[in-house]
Amino acid sequence: MTLALDRRSLLRVSAYAGGMMLTVGGAAARAAQGDAAAAAQDLGLYVQIRPDNTILIRTATTEIGQGTLTSVPMLIAEELDADWSRVETEMMTPQLKSTDTGGMPEGVFAQGAGGSRAIMTSWTPARKVGAIARAMLVAEAAARWKVKPDTLETESGWVVDAARDRRIAYGELAAGAAVRALPDGEIALKDPADFRIVGQPQKQKNTLAIVTGKPMFGIDHKMEGMLHAVVLRPPQVGAQVASVDDSAAKAMKGVHSVVRLPDQTPGQVWGYDPIGAGVAVVATSHWAALKARDALAVEWTDPPTAENSADMVAEAEAKLAGGEGLKVQEVGDVDAAFANAAKVVKARYQAPLVAHATLEPQNTIAHVTAEKATIITPSQQPGSCARTVAAITGLPLEKIDVTMTRSGGGFGRRLATDQVAEAVYIAKAVDRPVKLLWTRECDMRTDFYRNGGVHLMEAALDADNRVIGWKHGVASHSINYRRSEDQSIEALSSREVPTEDAPGVLVPNRRYDFMPIYSAVARGWWRAPRANIFGWAEQAFVDELAEAAGEDPLAFRLKLLEGEGSYGDGRDQYTLARLSGVLRHVGEKAAWKGPEAGGGKARGIAGHFSFGSYVAHVVDVTVTEGGAFSVDRVVSAIDCGVAVNPNGIAMQNEGSINDALSTARELEITLTNGAVDQTNFDSYQVMRMIGAATRIETHIVPSTEAPSGMGEPALPPFAPALTNALYAATGKRIRQLPIGTQLA
Amino acid sequence: MAYSFTINDRQVTAEEGDMPLLWFLREEMDLVGTKFGCGIGSCGACTVLIDGEPTRSCVMPVEAVDGAAVTTIEGLAKNGELHPVQQAWIEEDVPQCGYCQTGQIMATIGLLKYTPDPSETEVREQLNNFCRCGTYARLMKGVKRAAELTKAAGEAGEKA
Repeated sequence: MTLALDRRSLLRVSAYAGGMMLTVGGAAARAAQGDAAAAAQDLGLYVQIRPDNTILIRTATTEIGQGTLTSVPMLIAEELDADWSRVETEMMTPQLKSTDTGGMPEGVFAQGAGGSRAIMTSWTPARKVGAIARAMLVAEAAARWKVKPDTLETESGWVVDAARDRRIAYGELAAGAAVRALPDGEIALKDPADFRIVGQPQKQKNTLAIVTGKPMFGIDHKMEGMLHAVVLRPPQVGAQVASVDDSAAKAMKGVHSVVRLPDQTPGQVWGYDPIGAGVAVVATSHWAALKARDALAVEWTDPPTAENSADMVAEAEAKLAGGEGLKVQEVGDVDAAFANAAKVVKARYQAPLVAHATLEPQNTIAHVTAEKATIITPSQQPGSCARTVAAITGLPLEKIDVTMTRSGGGFGRRLATDQVAEAVYIAKAVDRPVKLLWTRECDMRTDFYRNGGVHLMEAALDADNRVIGWKHGVASHSINYRRSEDQSIEALSSREVPTEDAPGVLVPNRRYDFMPIYSAVARGWWRAPRANIFGWAEQAFVDELAEAAGEDPLAFRLKLLEGEGSYGDGRDQYTLARLSGVLRHVGEKAAWKGPEAGGGKARGIAGHFSFGSYVAHVVDVTVTEGGAFSVDRVVSAIDCGVAVNPNGIAMQNEGSINDALSTARELEITLTNGAVDQTNFDSYQVMRMIGAATRIETHIVPSTEAPSGMGEPALPPFAPALTNALYAATGKRIRQLPIGTQLA
Repeated sequence: MAYSFTINDRQVTAEEGDMPLLWFLREEMDLVGTKFGCGIGSCGACTVLIDGEPTRSCVMPVEAVDGAAVTTIEGLAKNGELHPVQQAWIEEDVPQCGYCQTGQIMATIGLLKYTPDPSETEVREQLNNFCRCGTYARLMKGVKRAAELTKAAGEAGEKA
């Protein structure tokens, strides 16, 4: 991956609004044509230094609650030597017009949010942008003072001539700097030891707007002359519309029209995101549309499967256990290892489907004419949105405007563009701007669910309690379902089986098998995809091995992870040294002396690497009579390279822990006769304050490695640390999630 | 018939009695700080104050607030001064995505009205809005800080 920012071709500096503007990508192309205002308003900008000394920094990453609207601008502000208190941040307008593919130029900045990649991919280019802006301000000051630039320094929004005891503010220099040529040659970046913004705990920008209720989410937007749409869905997954009687609905006050959505075959629209069948009611208000929806009389076809989720899982598991699965990998002589084992440990772990349940339900505003399409949507992937719109309308990308808004939660749900597709179909049909807003019931039953499944695990230990054999069979709702034309078992197995995870990958004789669960529900990426289940099954199983070995859970893990090796899937590589490092660190910080079980109290430990970062937790629980439990304290150790915003890292850790706790304790999606049983928050009970973990200590392992993200990696190790603690407290192994009433 | 009530001290009139207050606020009054989350009065994202009491506006028909005083998040700051709970949320850096937080703030105002110095247990039992981002550690700190700021504001008010 190239991170080099080619200054000549991609970066432009312009005079704008009395100040200076640095633009990248498509905005730079527009600015190069001399249209700075259009570049700023239409295509976005990176840095605008204003005459009043405030600085606006726009980021390419979508803010979904992960804090990149603060952390990424910190990188630019650091090298710019900006006064952080005077920096404002915004999301950039999507750069859809800049390249054929609708994305940012290769190797510059990814636009969107996913895979915890914002900090990782911005680290070098964002700092270069800041350094270039700083160099230009210094050059302007040097020219004014008629001194050499290298005699000058910068300090929090000022260029300083220390030798002559004078200084000049950035805002005063900006207009002059803006008409200078970009600096030649390599721009030096700061020594991290000199950082004064990066590495300090910074509060989130834009909190004032949140706590005063300013419009900022997708749902808060509107368009002139806009109508409101809601959708009626079939109760069963995969059912289609058989007939519609909309006469009563159409007669109701405020109703504009009723639109039958097309029956979609996955793959017809961009990205293989199937949209659900349905009938949309379009009205002058959301309430009028809702009332009219209740007056629709729709008959639905029988679905291709009328499945019960438990049956689907049992069927796949039986095939897997019966040897009918796909052998994904076999290394060494597994049969011999098990034949020679001093001990064999076997366990079966099961995790359910779960929903994203973003608190802001899916919504999109669309206006489609013969000439252009205008879209406002909370999305994690504006480029995919535009391609979806292009696929449906036939419009070229440059005729499609997508406005990216802050999202009321993402968790991977907004990587899909089904709600955009649906809004475009409706908008085309009514020839007016339309705001499509899903009800909670619609959202809960039309998700791309986190895939669940069964993990059949076996380990062989020798007389010295070394793990010499490892078998891991996975029966899962493959995330690859309907994501390509190839639906072979080999294609479905791709990345469904954790062959790169420790400790399995370290065992000399190992085998992995796979069997898909052939369910009809759509599946998608849910916070820390795959790791959110693998991490639990593996780290819970390791605890069972430690017990079989009669060793302390931490000491046993550290023994397993001895060595200097590096493993991974090529995209996300980890080292054993850093993985054992977070375990050691959390052990010290939590003063780990074992599970310390007694009186209903106990501790558990787990550590996992995913999406670039290493996290280990020690979880303290109390289990009371009747099987209720509380999480009294969590101590976490994190290695995410250079800690760009320690406050943001702590926030993501705290949120990930409570997300994991909520999910492990209570949440599952089930299907009965083809219908999703959970419809709203009464039947899908997201945790509230009463069950939450509120005493959380986040310890960051000092590191000079390039930074990696924290939107996801703290989630996977929490559930195993929790269930390990619950085992220590009660003697009951939780091998199936959610925990529910298993401790009762 | 028409229903009249106040929103943030401003007199308003509504025509559709069965429309939930949430949609009247968002679509008729352009007050979008009050959020839609579930529509069944469960999640609390739509919490407003009705005559000072925190109420789920998604299940409160307009006809039921006839003659009442409604306060939304937009009406909390007075003369450019943030409400102590808003101030506490900034100081403790509570929000992540932020979608539930206006409802959390309204619910906290209600909590502190009857329990001005809540213990952690009381916060756990009484703050019943959920946060999908799981900001509960900061919410706990935010409520505690809000209690301090509210108390300080009350004492300052008494002295004045």
